[in-house]
Amino acid sequence: MSLVTTPDALVGRANRDGARLFRDWFATLTQAAEEGRRAAYVFVMGSMNEILKAFDFDVVFPEINSLQAAVRKVAHDYLSEAEAAGYSPDICGYVKADVAVQMNRGSHPMGRIPKPGIAVLTNACNTYIKWAEIWSRMHAMPVVTIDVPGTRDRADLGRIDARDFANDRRYVRAQLEELITTCETLTGRRFDIDRLRETMAHANVLTGAWRALIELNRSRPAVFNALTDGTVFLGVANGFRGTAAGARYFSDALEEFRHKAAHGIGTLVDESHRLVFVGVPCYPMFRRFNDMFAERHGVFINSTYLHFASGGANAGFEYDLADPLESLAEGVLIGVRAAMDSMFHQDLMLEEMLDDYGVSAIIYHPIKSCRTVSTGLADGRGALARRRDVPSLFIESDMMDRRVVSEAQMKNRIDAFFEGLASRQHRTAGHT
Amino acid sequence: MIPTLPQEWRDGTLDDVLYLCRELAEDPTFPTVRAWRAQGGKVAGHFQVYFPEEIAHAAGLLPVKMRGAPLEPGIADSHFGSYLCSIIKTSLEAALSQALTLDLFVSHPICDAARNLAAIWARNYDYPCQILYLPQNPNSAHSVSYLTDEYARLQRVVEQVANRHIDAEALTHSIDVFNRNRALLRELYMIKRDTPWLLDAADAWCLVALAGFVPREEHNDLLENLLPRIRARQARREDRVRVVFEGGFCEQPPLDLLRMLGRTCYVVDDDLLIGLRWLTEDVSVDAAPLQALARAYIETSSYSPVQHDLRKPKEHMLLERVRAARADAVILAAAKMCEPGLEEQVAYTQMLDAQQIPYFVSEFEENMTSFENLEMQIETFLENLQFA
Ligand code: SF4
Ligand code: SF4
Repeated sequence: MSLVTTPDALVGRANRDGARLFRDWFATLTQAAEEGRRAAYVFVMGSMNEILKAFDFDVVFPEINSLQAAVRKVAHDYLSEAEAAGYSPDICGYVKADVAVQMNRGSHPMGRIPKPGIAVLTNACNTYIKWAEIWSRMHAMPVVTIDVPGTRDRADLGRIDARDFANDRRYVRAQLEELITTCETLTGRRFDIDRLRETMAHANVLTGAWRALIELNRSRPAVFNALTDGTVFLGVANGFRGTAAGARYFSDALEEFRHKAAHGIGTLVDESHRLVFVGVPCYPMFRRFNDMFAERHGVFINSTYLHFASGGANAGFEYDLADPLESLAEGVLIGVRAAMDSMFHQDLMLEEMLDDYGVSAIIYHPIKSCRTVSTGLADGRGALARRRDVPSLFIESDMMDRRVVSEAQMKNRIDAFFEGLASRQHRTAGHT
Repeated sequence: MIPTLPQEWRDGTLDDVLYLCRELAEDPTFPTVRAWRAQGGKVAGHFQVYFPEEIAHAAGLLPVKMRGAPLEPGIADSHFGSYLCSIIKTSLEAALSQALTLDLFVSHPICDAARNLAAIWARNYDYPCQILYLPQNPNSAHSVSYLTDEYARLQRVVEQVANRHIDAEALTHSIDVFNRNRALLRELYMIKRDTPWLLDAADAWCLVALAGFVPREEHNDLLENLLPRIRARQARREDRVRVVFEGGFCEQPPLDLLRMLGRTCYVVDDDLLIGLRWLTEDVSVDAAPLQALARAYIETSSYSPVQHDLRKPKEHMLLERVRAARADAVILAAAKMCEPGLEEQVAYTQMLDAQQIPYFVSEFEENMTSFENLEMQIETFLENLQFA
């Protein structure tokens, strides 16, 4: 907690601090690239930052680089370049934007990205695996997969079979130990379990605050926008997981948003509709997308994105520092599995949110690039509609490729949707 | 074993039986599965690519390979968005339209779409719908042990569905049946490779595909009967380009596309339905059966864009396939919207370029019906090779 901040200075601090941390992070990466140092390439769903930070690796999240390229409106150049090199228009745009960054020696609108010295990935998205194969061909560096078995059967969600869980945990733990061995070989340093305890302690603070923060948005008005502010949170939660700066950021953020909740300070929007966003944001028109809802007094109060793109931080797993490796294996298993569940079984998570968060409507945003998140959305939407009467909108576009994003069409659909919402509210009011 | 093929097949000429196989392979109503069910049998549907069918077989279930179907996804369409491969939709369509009735559905973590499929299935059906988490890190020293336990978990689910305990003896017997099948499929591929004029690409595919929906003993019987007759055929060798077809590991190209290839070149090797041929050697019948199956998956298996193994870079594996088959060229196909297949094409083309092996890149969809353009392009590509 910061002692010198006044309540007024508190509001907006998380966004300012987030932007600063981001600039610092990319400055460090640029310096590393310029000095010819290599970084660890990792992904948002299971970054293994706890281990990598214990070895002082600079971490690069290519997904974040790619989305930044889209937000900064240069994604189309990157996509064209990768497509010219043979990558299909129908594969994940994040991969293609990164291929272009690699082909251009790390050149990126936010700085320079160092080459990978190691890639560490989970199976939370299968495209991660294909993506890492591309790097290993380009840069001939070690690739370590941490294979995290997910939920086998929807009927078992939330239930833990001790025998199966123990098997999965042993497998994850063995792979973490193998990762540690690879890191030792690569850095020439011996693994220090106390450094791991430190990074895990920081991650504990971050995870605890993350969960509390998300839950704060049950309050009315919502204290943050899950789409716009949420993306800043996600950037910090990933890039700074396992660091003192990350822990501090989220402790501060929690302070800010508790203050807002206590004083009834909402987002900038006059809140009439409490919306949940499902999918990956439309980064080529990031602000505009949100504005189309905000103009109609719709606020995104939660999203599935906050859950899976945080690597399952919402599961709130707290590491037991007395037995770090075993606990890390368990935490990775639970966290990454939660991330996968929030994509594949999104309807169950949404159903839980409906009453808790006072949701007025669900906005589904399946995207061309990402089958991981998008394949089950139409079916999940249908299943939820059979169980609960909640209005929803289904807009297909992309998170990178502006060729499949039509603002005019989107706006028409959103306008029509709000007309429907208004008349529905009218009808409901008439019946009460 | 419950017979599912029309019993008179044995009396037919080779052409008659191959015709029957083609009819069955293309029949979207799955008559052999219906015959199985009509006699009280239960069915385990397993999505592409590989599934340890022995476990289902040992419990008396019919393992059915879900590899899409020649169906319009009229009902399934509303369950999906726009940007998806076809096999995902037609596999669900086969169930929703009641062409296929299952007692168990298993998908695998092969790709981002397929992993969603188990959840989608579970929202629509009450029987167990699962993901079998085949390891994506076979390079971990712990992967065999993990997979053995994962197979044990699957075995428990299968036992529940079949209402029957599986003992080690039953499992070993099933491994034996499937070893025989793998050996016969290897022989079939040997015919393709050594004497491709004796068996055209489409017929070869049908013979393999049948393994996905007739009891394996019956399939063994069929191949044992047919392979010697195919070898004894009096077909003339023609001056055709020998090609490897790569890209059929999951969604299958339409049979007409394979027929077209059969008219224009010799397909001497391919990865079509590779899951049925995934284990490249006999599985040990002397070891603990689940462990033997797990070890075979990790140690003696083929390759595909959806299996990740640092010991087997896919482009090197393709090169090996091309060399072993003495192929002159490669047709590099990918199912439309198939992320892993499309991504792999880049690595394949780079390797083939480096090795100066001619290739033709294409995309397909299982339901495509017009091949005129493609046929012309492939003919031109092959002519260029022959007359260069
Ligand atoms: S497919 Fe989806 S989850 Fe995977 S890398 Fe691309 S955007 Fe991310
Ligand atoms: S065709 Fe490709 S994308 Fe479709 S299910 Fe198979 S592997 Fe997945």
